[in-house]
Amino acid sequence: MNTPASIDAAAPLIELVQADIAAVLEPDVALVERVSWQLRPGEYWAVGGWHWSGKSDWLTTVAGLQHPSGGQHLLFGEDITVMTQPELVAARLRMGVVFENGGRLFPQMTVRENIALPLRYHRNCPAEETNEAVETVLALTGLADSAPQLAGQLNRGWRQRVALARALVLRPEVLLLDNPLAGLDPRQVRWWLDTLAAFNAGHAWLGGRPLAIVATTDDLRLWRDQARQFALLQGRRWLSLGGRTELIASEESTIREFLAA
Amino acid sequence: MRVDQDSAKPAAPPLQASGLALPRSYLNFVGQQIFRLLQTIQGVGAFALITLGVTFTKFNAAWRVTHPLIRTQIDRAGVRLLPGVVFFGLALGLVIVAQTVSLLQRVGAEQYAGTVMVTVLIRELGPLATALLVLARVGTAIVVELGLSRAQGEVEALEALGIDPVHYLVMPRVIGLAAAIFSLTVYLILVAVFSGYLFIFLQDVPLTPGDYFNQIARALRWEDFALLALKTATFGAIIATVTCFQGLAQPLRLEDVSDATTRAVAQSVAGCVAADALFILVYVVM
Repeated sequence: MNTPASIDAAAPLIELVQADIAAVLEPDVALVERVSWQLRPGEYWAVGGWHWSGKSDWLTTVAGLQHPSGGQHLLFGEDITVMTQPELVAARLRMGVVFENGGRLFPQMTVRENIALPLRYHRNCPAEETNEAVETVLALTGLADSAPQLAGQLNRGWRQRVALARALVLRPEVLLLDNPLAGLDPRQVRWWLDTLAAFNAGHAWLGGRPLAIVATTDDLRLWRDQARQFALLQGRRWLSLGGRTELIASEESTIREFLAA
Repeated sequence: MRVDQDSAKPAAPPLQASGLALPRSYLNFVGQQIFRLLQTIQGVGAFALITLGVTFTKFNAAWRVTHPLIRTQIDRAGVRLLPGVVFFGLALGLVIVAQTVSLLQRVGAEQYAGTVMVTVLIRELGPLATALLVLARVGTAIVVELGLSRAQGEVEALEALGIDPVHYLVMPRVIGLAAAIFSLTVYLILVAVFSGYLFIFLQDVPLTPGDYFNQIARALRWEDFALLALKTATFGAIIATVTCFQGLAQPLRLEDVSDATTRAVAQSVAGCVAADALFILVYVVM
């Protein structure tokens, strides 16, 4: 597998080539067909779609957690179907994933233990050695006061933040977010958009390197002023909408309907 | 020719038309069940091989995270079940040991008491009873917790973090249950043997403690100790593998978890009984 240094800076980090996206629970059912898409370093994508349009399944596939039922999926330049298990793990460590509905935390662990788990597992170190990194990420995500609480005791919005902290602690190059703003109040939405913008611009935690971000959403309006690339999943099709200017200027009824919703 | 004779006969009416639909549908049903059984054996077998591979290749990987999990499983399946096993051992001592020795004494065959004890309690009943107890108390809980984790996407979250779910979730349970069932079986046998003598004493059977324990010691062979360890560890591995397989190995919805638990219990019992039958063959050969 290519090392980060050997990859061209402009080369796609993740690429789907004519990929068919299957449902996670029913692998025989194709939810989205023939998706061709590339994610390059520093890009900021917002992918819209109504409920049950296959956004979560698409993101799960992009993250390499399931194979597309057809077509090709390249992670950091390598075809996922020929990657060995260690190569796949190495690729996953370069991506952070924030799942929908509370981030799929481990509810029996504290917030601190949830965030420290990937560090402890991959570095095989005691909890004390992860303290510095965990404290930094806790502070970045405004979770310092919640650290000793059990993750299962937090409300959905705060669990989602813990999931963001857990995804960031390994200093990823790509951040994949599944509908992170769903059900949040305007203040929380503002916090998320500001925080993501800061990481996308190049945060000190990531050594100043811009973080490539992909977020799915059922409300593109929230992302209109933040993301720079837009797409829509509708009717089992992938519609690339272009940049902010093209999105706002578009006269296509589907897009107007989505933005006016 | 026979073929010509058969073809010359009038065609038999279809089974359904003649009102005999049951045999064909019954055969279909049996065929489907056999096919499902083979699929399950294939699935559990593959899962067991993966678990075995991960256990051998990654036992020491991330040990600061996984070894405490093994200790947690030993505590959960072993230490916390000790009171239940002691109670069960007392009951076995009363039902099996005291009754058997009392009956043997009545027919003048008390010299066989040790052989009966070793065969019934140490080789057969002790390991199987302990395994079933652990299955009921811990195995079912494993399916529910892993099934819920699977249904709520926590297993995918582990994979997204680059953590192997077999290494993190299955390996500690397999090792923990194997160690726990072995230890609990030893306690169960000791309690049953001692409480058995207590009940013999209370029934005024003329058998001195020295004779009682000497008979058991004489009937024991070194293979009994080795096979007891192997058998109990096998039972633990079977229960952990089957319950983890049912909880983890396929995508589950919340409503599927109860069915998965029922399947896991039935398959674990069948697996333990099948393994027990194999060990009986080993005893016969030895």
